[in-house]
Order: sequence, then structure tokens, then C-alpha cells
Amino acid sequence: MESSLVYFKDLFSKGATRNSKVRQTPVSPFWVMVRKETGDHIRSWRFIVMLMLVVLTFLGSMYVSVGNISKAVNNMKDPDRLFVYLKLLTTSDGTLPTFHIFISFLGPLLGIALGFDAVNAEQNNGTLTRLMAQPVYRDNVLLAKFCGALLVVSILFLSLVLLMIGGGLIITGVPVEAVELLRILAFIVLSIIYVGFWLSLAICLSVCFRHAATSALTVIGIWLFFTVFYQIIVNLVVNAMLPDLGYLQPEEMLSYNNLLLSLLRLAPSQLYTDAATTLLMPSVRSLGPLTVEQMAGAIPSPLPFKESLMIVWPQITGLLAATMVCFALTYYLFMRREIRT
Amino acid sequence: MEDPIIELEGLTKCYGSVKAVDNLYLKIDRGEIFGLLGPNGAGKTTTILMMLGLAEPSAGSARVCGVNATMHPIAVKQKVGYMPDSVGFYDDMTAFENLMYIARLNGIAGEEIEARTRETMELVGLGEEMHKKTSAYSRGMKQRLGLADVLIRDPEVIILDEPTLGIDPSGIKEFLSLIRRLSRQQGLTVLLSSHHLHQVQQVCDRVGIFVNGKLLVEGNIETLSRNLFGEESYVVVITAREALPSSWGPAEELRKLDAVRNVEVKESTIELSCREDITPDIVRFLVEQGMNITGVHKKEYGLDEIYHRYFENNLKNNTANGKFAGLFQRSFFKRSNTQ
Repeated sequence: MESSLVYFKDLFSKGATRNSKVRQTPVSPFWVMVRKETGDHIRSWRFIVMLMLVVLTFLGSMYVSVGNISKAVNNMKDPDRLFVYLKLLTTSDGTLPTFHIFISFLGPLLGIALGFDAVNAEQNNGTLTRLMAQPVYRDNVLLAKFCGALLVVSILFLSLVLLMIGGGLIITGVPVEAVELLRILAFIVLSIIYVGFWLSLAICLSVCFRHAATSALTVIGIWLFFTVFYQIIVNLVVNAMLPDLGYLQPEEMLSYNNLLLSLLRLAPSQLYTDAATTLLMPSVRSLGPLTVEQMAGAIPSPLPFKESLMIVWPQITGLLAATMVCFALTYYLFMRREIRT
Repeated sequence: MEDPIIELEGLTKCYGSVKAVDNLYLKIDRGEIFGLLGPNGAGKTTTILMMLGLAEPSAGSARVCGVNATMHPIAVKQKVGYMPDSVGFYDDMTAFENLMYIARLNGIAGEEIEARTRETMELVGLGEEMHKKTSAYSRGMKQRLGLADVLIRDPEVIILDEPTLGIDPSGIKEFLSLIRRLSRQQGLTVLLSSHHLHQVQQVCDRVGIFVNGKLLVEGNIETLSRNLFGEESYVVVITAREALPSSWGPAEELRKLDAVRNVEVKESTIELSCREDITPDIVRFLVEQGMNITGVHKKEYGLDEIYHRYFENNLKNNTANGKFAGLFQRSFFKRSNTQ
């Protein structure tokens, strides 16, 4: 119990203990709250359950990809075949989805689990009033909740991937290339942003609704809508608008295709999968359809990291913007609210 | 009165068309224990929230320790400890950890925290149960922990919202005497809200009665009762061993005394209402008359009576004028009945 708090004590107050001859400057309330939130998450059952799920899917997809890695690396048609570690993350024989597809499903769940009762549970327990009576800024409370959960998620993802690289080193004996490491780290940052979006949505709803169950159901509803129904609805709508395919000019066809893609990209999971695929498969050159003219003369070779990053920049911006919007809304709802039990 | 630590000026809070707090003026001095009394829903908690800057007043201002609470809530919260009415703790942490968390939030330096927390826990009498989880705490213990939580940051003012709610009578007594002791020792200003009058009466220097968002009266209990009950203030009930006849001789002589307003003889008791406290004279007189006195009881008007009078009248007449007219009427009737 106490021990987990003690771990973090050193983590955050290192600067303060170093010059202990001078009077210790107290840790700012914000970091105190972050520390407490992080400790709470690590000890909570719900995080342990989510952790097991993520670790299991990770091990599952790694098992499948390690089994198929030699096939993938020897596949001469694939320009990416030499990126062994990227292949580890993206290879599958079809029995199990790859890790980033799993994360596109589980990431939201992780974010929701860590955030759905952030504010209303405190309010129902009567601790929020007590917390608000302390000399802390309200926005710090929200930000600490967000950062605490995100810190836990970041550490989880980072350690998983570092484990993967370590395991890969032992199994294959191939050294990691800098580009691979960069791409994998970028993928991790992307995954954290993605979870961050769902986390901030969950926190927002936990401010809106007084009951934890209501906010949990609502945010799960939103998640289900985007993962299951949204694609169906978009396909229906675009099909209804689409004239007979036989009479379409190629340009019109292209524009309809782009419209379909843009609509699909309103879903955060679509943004995430697009960006993750591009980052993990260096040969992906565009996320939209390319015409034959555009492809003419292109050599099927992996893109440099910077180019891949340029391709996914809109996706990353979109996810960040969505996160910000949720957070700003939370802020707006929470700042001037009267808090009583 | 030179140094008010809490100063409310024309404080008003509206929820839609309902005025929860209506044009409230109040001054509380340093080192004072002030009781805010009123029925549920009178606006006590709203007033407290506005003092802490947790709610925004619709009009008026609240100054605590010379700082405007609405504009600079953090500065106020650094000096004021607030215990909400249903105080809650993080159930998965021990009481000690809960308190340490609060201590850290208040910027108490690292090496002091543990000693300070332990000290505060012992001060409120929870030294033994320090490392229990708060989910295992009883209501009374939670209340004590709430007080520890308020005290740990060394406040100038403590505000307790319904501190006695849900504690058993002996616990209440202990709790209130603890508050009083602390206030006297450390010169703390205490504001406590309650609808339990007896308890407040035990500890408060001054009370304010608060109904429907308005502060009806304020002052110490003695003044309040004098204002309200006027000359009836001192009532002495004397019980004799044997029954007395209704036209008992000495009663007439008692009536002749200056301070005595009224004498009533009922079986074996005599009830006297006096202007001044002349109980010893009365007893001496009755003993000389050869009466076998078994009990002398001086009736003091407690907050209960004060409160009932104000509150009943307030129910009957909503306008301020009507209220006082009603009050006089009632006392008039009471007086004429007794004569």
C-alpha cells in the first residue's frame, strides 16, 4: 500500500531532495495529485484487468508474428522485408489480428476504464468537496487526472514495446536499426495519443454525468458506435448517393472514393489505424487512392521516416485536436460548477 | 469588532428565481466560535461555499482574512480549513495516507509530513487507528479524521458544516469540546453550521439564526434570549414536598416583590417569572415560611426556545413586519393566559 506511494515519492521529488541543505521546496500540488492518481490506477483492479488483456493480446500477436517472421522476411516481393522489428509488429497469418489492430480496439477500452469515473466517483464519495477546499486550482485537478492515467498508459505501452524489441533481439539476433526504433517510438506516441483521446472523452463524460455507470455506458456507447455502426452508416449513405457505377467517369469515381474516406476518417479508430499502418509499413505511400499516372515511375521501396510522418501528420493532428476539444469541454463544464455532495 | 476575519457584505445567491442566500451581512471576529443555525435548506452550506470561493455569489462579496474569496479562492483556501457536511475519504487508502495526501497538497515540506500527520492524528484522538483503512472507520471516526484534515494545514479559520451529523451524543460532546479546546488554545476562529441547537449552545460564543436565506438575528445566546423573551427572562420553578393549596398565602407576598412579575402555583410547584435573578431571595423567603423545598430549578431559555419562536413565526408570517407583530402577539397571549 504505502510502498507504491514511496516509489513515486522519489520519482517526483528528486529535485527537492538533491539540495536538502536548503529548505526543501514542497512538491507542487499538481504533481502530488498526479502521483496519487497514478498510484490509484496501478493498485486498482480495473487497471490490472486491462493490463492482462493488453499483455495477452500483445503476447498472442507476437507469438503469431514470430512464427511467421522467417516467411515474411524472405518474401522478396515485400519492400519492407528487411525491417525485422516492424515486421514483428505487423506480420500475421490471419488467425489473429496484428498488435496495432488490437490496440485500435483495446486502446479505447483502456482509456475508458481509466477515466469514466474520474470526477463523479470523487463527487459521490464526498472527496471532491474536500479536495476543492484545498489550495489547488480546479484545472489542475482535471489535468492531474488526465496526466496520471496517461502516464500509466505510456509506461505500459513503452515497456511492452521495449520488451518486444528485447525479445526480438534474443530470438532473431538482428540488431535494431535507428529508423525502426524511431518508427516504433512514433507508433507508441500515436497509440498514447489515441488512448488519450478516449481518456479525455471519458473524463468529460464523468464531469457531465453524476453516476459512474451512466458515464461508463455513454462512453462505451460512443466507442461501439464508432467501431461497429459508423462504417455501416457511412457505407449506406455513400451508396445511396452513388449513381450507377457503369456511367461514372474515373475522376468522379475518385472523388466519391475520397468522400467515403474522408467520412470514415471522422472515426478516431480509422485515423489511428491509418496512421499506425503508415508508420509501421514504410512502403505505404498514400492513405487515399492513387491513380495510375501518380504511380507511374514509382519504385516500390520503403519511404524515409520523415516522409511517412508527413503522410500521417493530418491523422495525428486530428487525434490531438479531438483530444483537445474533449478536454476543453471538460474544462468548461468543470471550472464554474458548484461542487456539493 | 475591530478585526473581523470573515466579512460578508450583501451576499446573495440565486438559483433561478429562488434566493438561497438573501442579502447577508455578517462579521465574525478573530478567535470567535460562531454558530450558524438554521433548518435544512436555509442556505447555510451555500453561504459557506461562497466564503470558500467554491460557489459564485450572485451579488455582494465575501472577504475572508481580508481576501475576496470569489476573486482569490486559493489565497483563502490556504488559510481556511473546511470540513464538508458529508466528509468522504479515499476508501482504499489508510487514514494516515489520506491525511498525508492532504498535507502534501498543502505544500507541507517532505520531512515534516509524517511527524505532522502523526501529531495531528493523535491530537484528534485517532492515534490508535492511524493505519486502518478509512472504509473501516465509523462515522464518528471519520468526523474526527475530517477535523484532523482541517487542522493539519494550520489554518486561521476553520469552517465546519454540520460537524455533529451522525455522531452519537457522547461523541458529539467530546467532539465539540475538542473544537472548543483547540479554538481556545490556538486562537482559531471557528464557524460551524448546524441545525442542532443544544450542541451549538454548548460551544458557541455567538450564533446567527438563518432561515430561508436570511439572517434573522445574531448575537450571544444570552442577548438573544433577553431580546426575545424580554422581562420574562428568568423563570424559577420551586418544588415542595407537599401539595399547596391554589390560594396559598405566601404567593401574594411573593407577588409584591419588585423583581417578580408573575407567580403561578400548581399542586406542589411554584413557578415565578422575574425581571432579575433573585432565586436566593425567593428560596430564603420560602424557607422562612416553613416550606419543605425539594427542588429549585432555574429555567434558562435555550436555543431551542429561541429557535422555535423565530422559526414558528417565520412560518406563519413571511414578511418581516408580520413576523415581529406575530412575535409580540404571541408573547402577549402567553402573558395574559398566565395571569
